[in-house]
Amino acid sequence: MTKIFVDGRPFDVPENQSMLQACLTLGFDLPYFCWHPALGSVGACRQCAVKQYRDEKDSRGRIVMSCMTPVAEGVRISIRDAESVSFRAAVIEGLMQSHPHDCPVCDEGGECHLQDMTVMTGHAYRRYRFSKRTFRNQNLGPLVNHEMNRCIQCYRCVRYYREYAGGHDLKEFVLRNLVYFGRQNDGVLENEFAGNLVEICPTGVFTDKTLKQHYTRKWDLQLAPSVCVHCGIGCNTSPGERYGTLRRIVNRYNGEVNGYFLCDRGRFGYEFVNSPERLRQPRLQKGGQGETADGPVALVHARKLLDGGKVIGIGSPRASLEANFALRTLVGQERFFAGVEDEEHRLTARMLEILRSGLARSPSLGEIEKADAVLVLGEDVTQTAPRMALSLRQSVRQQPFELVDKLQIPRWLDHAAREAVQDAKGPFFVAAPHPTKLDDVAAATYRASPDDLARLGFAVAHAIDSSAPDVPQLTDGVRALAGRIAEALKNAKRPLVVSGPSLKCEALIQAAANVAWALCRAGKPAALSFTAPECNTLGLGLMAARPLGEAQQALKSGEADTIVILENDLYRRAPREQVDALLASARHLIVLDYLETSTTHKAEVVFPSAPFAECEGTFISNEGRAQRAFQVYVPEGGIRAAWQWLRDLLIASGANGAAAWQGVDDVLKTLAGSLPAFSAVPQAAPSAAFRMAGEKVAREPHRYSGRTAMHANINVSEPKPPDDPESPLSFSMEGVSEQPPPALIPFFWSPGWNSIQSVNKFQQEIAGPLRGGDPGVRVIEPAKPTEPDGPAGPDGNARADFLGAPPAVFEPQPDRVLLVPIYHVFGSDETSQRAPAIRELTPKPYVALDSEAARRFGLNDGDLAEVAVNGAVERLPVKVRDGMAAGVAGLPVGLPGIENCRLPAWARITRP
Amino acid sequence: MEKVLTKNVRPDLSYVDLKAYEASGGYQGLRKALTMAPAEIIDEVKKSNLRGRGGGGFPTGVKWSLVPMGGDALQPKYLAANADEMEPGTFKDRLLMEGDPHQLVEGMAVAAYAIEASVAYVFLRGEYQLSEERLRRAIAEAYEQHYLGKNVLGSNFSVEMFVHMSGGRYMCGEETGLLNALEGKRANPRTKPPYPAVSGLFGKPTIVQNVETLCNVPYIVTNGADWFRSLSLTQDGGTKIYGASGKVKRPGLWELPMGTTIREILEEHAGGMRDGVKFRGLLPGGASTDFLVEEHLDVKMDFTEVQKVGSRLGTGTMIVLDDQTCPVGMVLNLEHFFAQESCGWCTPCWSGLSWAEKALDAIENGQGQSADLDHLSFICKICAPGNTFCALAPGAVEPLQSALKYFRDDFDRHIGEKRCPWKA
Repeated sequence: MTKIFVDGRPFDVPENQSMLQACLTLGFDLPYFCWHPALGSVGACRQCAVKQYRDEKDSRGRIVMSCMTPVAEGVRISIRDAESVSFRAAVIEGLMQSHPHDCPVCDEGGECHLQDMTVMTGHAYRRYRFSKRTFRNQNLGPLVNHEMNRCIQCYRCVRYYREYAGGHDLKEFVLRNLVYFGRQNDGVLENEFAGNLVEICPTGVFTDKTLKQHYTRKWDLQLAPSVCVHCGIGCNTSPGERYGTLRRIVNRYNGEVNGYFLCDRGRFGYEFVNSPERLRQPRLQKGGQGETADGPVALVHARKLLDGGKVIGIGSPRASLEANFALRTLVGQERFFAGVEDEEHRLTARMLEILRSGLARSPSLGEIEKADAVLVLGEDVTQTAPRMALSLRQSVRQQPFELVDKLQIPRWLDHAAREAVQDAKGPFFVAAPHPTKLDDVAAATYRASPDDLARLGFAVAHAIDSSAPDVPQLTDGVRALAGRIAEALKNAKRPLVVSGPSLKCEALIQAAANVAWALCRAGKPAALSFTAPECNTLGLGLMAARPLGEAQQALKSGEADTIVILENDLYRRAPREQVDALLASARHLIVLDYLETSTTHKAEVVFPSAPFAECEGTFISNEGRAQRAFQVYVPEGGIRAAWQWLRDLLIASGANGAAAWQGVDDVLKTLAGSLPAFSAVPQAAPSAAFRMAGEKVAREPHRYSGRTAMHANINVSEPKPPDDPESPLSFSMEGVSEQPPPALIPFFWSPGWNSIQSVNKFQQEIAGPLRGGDPGVRVIEPAKPTEPDGPAGPDGNARADFLGAPPAVFEPQPDRVLLVPIYHVFGSDETSQRAPAIRELTPKPYVALDSEAARRFGLNDGDLAEVAVNGAVERLPVKVRDGMAAGVAGLPVGLPGIENCRLPAWARITRP
Repeated sequence: MEKVLTKNVRPDLSYVDLKAYEASGGYQGLRKALTMAPAEIIDEVKKSNLRGRGGGGFPTGVKWSLVPMGGDALQPKYLAANADEMEPGTFKDRLLMEGDPHQLVEGMAVAAYAIEASVAYVFLRGEYQLSEERLRRAIAEAYEQHYLGKNVLGSNFSVEMFVHMSGGRYMCGEETGLLNALEGKRANPRTKPPYPAVSGLFGKPTIVQNVETLCNVPYIVTNGADWFRSLSLTQDGGTKIYGASGKVKRPGLWELPMGTTIREILEEHAGGMRDGVKFRGLLPGGASTDFLVEEHLDVKMDFTEVQKVGSRLGTGTMIVLDDQTCPVGMVLNLEHFFAQESCGWCTPCWSGLSWAEKALDAIENGQGQSADLDHLSFICKICAPGNTFCALAPGAVEPLQSALKYFRDDFDRHIGEKRCPWKA
């Protein structure tokens, strides 16, 4: 800690930060634009000017930029000094010169950092009387809107987009007061994290185009703390609702998980909640005709089906813990099946076992960012766990930072730090069957079939620890690469191995674990991160369900005749004929879901369940972090949380214990009591009984308008806001005036700080943890961890055995290709692909061949090819994608129009 | 007086080749330098009181001593000659490069040796095509005679030299904007500290030095610091190439002892004002310096003395304003240039200068309001040194703030008469 003086008052603050950061942490209102806690200082806007004094005798001082001034012992500054106050107002006046002053029609209005800072500096009256500069706007695609006239040239957009997110197609053009931030031509922003521009931009240049379709001011939204459901990372979000539809999602800061940023799938995928394909009333299938029914009627009907039947339940990795556990309770532990492909089920179990029994810890995204040597083994992270890719991109800065430190350049002095290291990057290796978006920061890439990728992993582990299994028949090139990777990981302080189940290859997962464990055994605190395909893959995995394949057996053998399916479209999980056969052999089929799917079409009873924004639920992320998503609003129609339907079925079936399940807390309590793996889960968020000064936390900002009028066209008497006995939040603007605990923050707002930048006021220190700690509770820890900075080397007991054995060398076939799954951030996820904006960016089905294979099969880019795989034949256009591993072709999975065909598999590709 | 830098420059400005340069003692400085330790050279340059001739006036030896030396230093280190002479009214480096290019090559070789740089660039103004041609020729000749390249003159010292033509922005002449431009990036200035001496071109230790400054270096090595200081009339060492433009009888450049008075330069060397026009003021060192007027004519033109009267020596090449020229029009012309050349990075510069230009344009064209003058003064205050990211805006407002001080009546007349009194 260091002592600084602000306006004569002494404060103890941590070193290694700028005065601006220190002042904001101390709670001072100091305006800024070009600075951003995730981007550091560049000194462009000059808005954070303060007076600095040499010593206590100096009364004149000089103006300095607080963002460029390091904290140091005895530094004295004044924020209130008249000259710096007037300078800051003058800077705003300059920035506002050509600003269109169109706040009333600007989407940013009411949550605009420029508005906040303008008010904060006191600049009010306009003196500029000459013509303003104007720009032409660009169409940047369906996600981000562009309105350049509002620009104040703070450069945050291009710094974020290019330097932080690795994008190439957004740049500053021209000079002086005419700097234009845009693309060379109109077109969709290419980067998967472009949506963060909406929050990075301090004003209304970049705004949320999906919000524009159903615009609502921030203060008129009802919001709740939530968790993204579109992949396994578990980013924290703040969805906002008005008039019964979800309007948008913004980032909810969690220092350990998503920090300041989301991926575009997570930000813009929410619109599936508003889909016309939503199920809103229970439906009974009678004589091939579906007809809606009231909840009680549907429950009675369903109970009849359950009463006589031998029931099995199929859970879901996209359903909450509560819902899965309620189903498991309804059907019994032995009759609860995992609703995922069997191979995925097996791999999830294997990953969990590795993470829970091994040496290496699964890192948070915050820890991934700080890894200083990384091996990505068999994952296209940008497509399968997008937000993690953004963190990995930052990790390559860690080793070069050592040079920055040596030159005594503060790391936060962003451009100086970047200029000092130029293009130098820390060791980062990507091994995948095809090019990935992270290749541009990789020291080396390796393209091979899944088995050969695993062989590389085994070879790396062996090179680190010779007691790990050796790899026979390794080429010199691969052995050398393995040696290079091993060396880099061994020499790192915080090495990281990333893998996952995407290629459905167990050897890859074992190899990744072996590498991490070999490092741990050598005393390195290696981290091991597995991606998880869906938002509750690990939660479902921890429930020890039976594999889906056995459900068919159970039906065939007469063990079961009735199926209850929870929030799951089985047609995405297994080939069509198999699912058809499974469903056909069931006498009765009950499905709970929120969207119409091929599976709901077949159900005898459909219960409309609530998606993330319409109910409360807990999810376990790939890190092993249990996080609570709260209900944002009460949906219209017969929609209820899946666990509530299931509870009522339990009660109807005479399971009286279930009557005690009044809220999520009660379900979680039972869950925690019956399955030890979940014992910590109830701590993920305060219980429904939580109150501050006797009050709940309001979901609506205190400026929420129109409550008395919004339904006046229906009924002039103001309806009572819905009760929420299940959570500590209220559907109201009345509530605690203080900051709620971090897991309960529905939105960030602080007096004078209406924009997302108000998160400053909720953090223990700027860019650090939220006050009270970042939300979520880790439920997966290694049995024998190697602690970071702990004593070197594990003790004798902590010798985890290495796993598996390297697979045989992959042999490419002249007449066939190994078809591997290819994932798409836009399209491969089941729910977000139902959002119109995401749908627009989803690729059409295709088969990916490299040019050599295309030539061999006599196909050109765009030609229709016949792909025969696992007995099915599909006709797909060819996409020539160079850099694919030899003998390997790719098929995008999960896209609309692509059937499940159990990849990887050998395929014949021919000209039809 | 003794001419040093311009002694080889021919009246017809024809090319001075290697032989001619050697005949006048050329490359003796480099030969001697190679017998000295780099630290000795830096020490000598420090003692000589050589100060940067690009306008900043920073002591050259001190700058060099900031470069990390020895085995631990990041490699390669770079030297860049700032030959992007884009300051309006300034053309002294052009004379040196066209008139005696080997002198710069030798100066750079010695400077590179002193800081142990192995790569040297001449960052040359895009329009200086004759300079380019002659420098390339001189560099080729120097390579042939092993004054450049591997093992210079058989020593352990190696240096490669390149000419880089600027894309043509004023900001390219700013020390760190130049580095960005050399790297192929926007010529925006960089954060300082770290100074280029520590983290410069491609992140490596780099010295950026004006052409005239570098040209002095071989002579300091050959003749010593005492000799160099003795050339000057003041504390700052050496000679200075002064210049004058505007309606003087003989516009041009003259190498004179550092500290020659303005009056001597103006009256003796430039021949005084043209017949029929009267002196009103001058910008002593290029467009980005404050006006001086009649009362300042006896000021000695060096870094210290000019600063005492509220201006800067700058490049030492003065622009003279006469009574037949509208001072508002002149300042408008300058502010148009500066506003246009602002890189757009920091707010006071990009917003302040464009506002200033528009206000001046309004005044010059009869649309001015008296509040405009207050606002112009306000912009000058906002763009003061320290308030902006680099020196462009503080320099840009120097002629403006001093014009408002010395020619206030002319501004008022424009506003009062709603026209430019100099226009028919």
